[in-house]
Amino acid sequence: MDFQKELDARGLNCPLPILKTKKSLADMDSGQVLRVVSTDCGSVKDMQAFAKQTGNELLEQSEQGGEYVFFMKKK
Amino acid sequence: MTKKMAIIATKGTLDMAYPPFILASTAAALGYDVQVFFTFYGLQLLKKDLSDVKISPLANPAMPMPVPMPVFVQMLPGMESMATMMMKDKLKKKGVASLEELRSLCQEADVKFVACQMTVDLFEFEKSDFIDGIEYGGAATFMEFAGETDICLFV
Repeated sequence: MDFQKELDARGLNCPLPILKTKKSLADMDSGQVLRVVSTDCGSVKDMQAFAKQTGNELLEQSEQGGEYVFFMKKK
Repeated sequence: MTKKMAIIATKGTLDMAYPPFILASTAAALGYDVQVFFTFYGLQLLKKDLSDVKISPLANPAMPMPVPMPVFVQMLPGMESMATMMMKDKLKKKGVASLEELRSLCQEADVKFVACQMTVDLFEFEKSDFIDGIEYGGAATFMEFAGETDICLFV
């Protein structure tokens, strides 16, 4: 999937992946896509909750070898 | 309409310092308007220097210990510093933010910190001991904001 920005949140624990996602989205334009990679299994539910509450769209999420990859489209 | 959350932070130990800062920073990231009122020992969390914020192994039977330790050992001099050092080390290894980092993330996200003026007087704290960008107020100041919140927590 195409993305305009990437956030490496590997090794970070709650709530840092969410806080850094929010920060990364802040300087992006509406419609642009952020790719986030995390190793925190709690971030799977948290990213969904973040998307639901902020109106940013979680386009896709997947797990590859203990890493969680998210594509978040900015509102 | 913007959702609001208010927290009263009353504890000054390391373990009890995390919940207010984690919840406040996360709520702010989710678009909440957040205010944290620091009172009694919670005021320690607004000090520039957070080195007095420690873990107490005493009266804390739920704290996981690397080896079982009787209470009379936990009360020996130096145990508090050791427990604090071990906890900070563990937090770092697990990728949990430091209190300083979470606190500045809160401030960056416009979380409003209010220090209880009564406690400042009571403990004879100097305002210069505290970080910049905080306000001072009393119970009525807190109620004004808390009365209109969606979430209100006492920590």
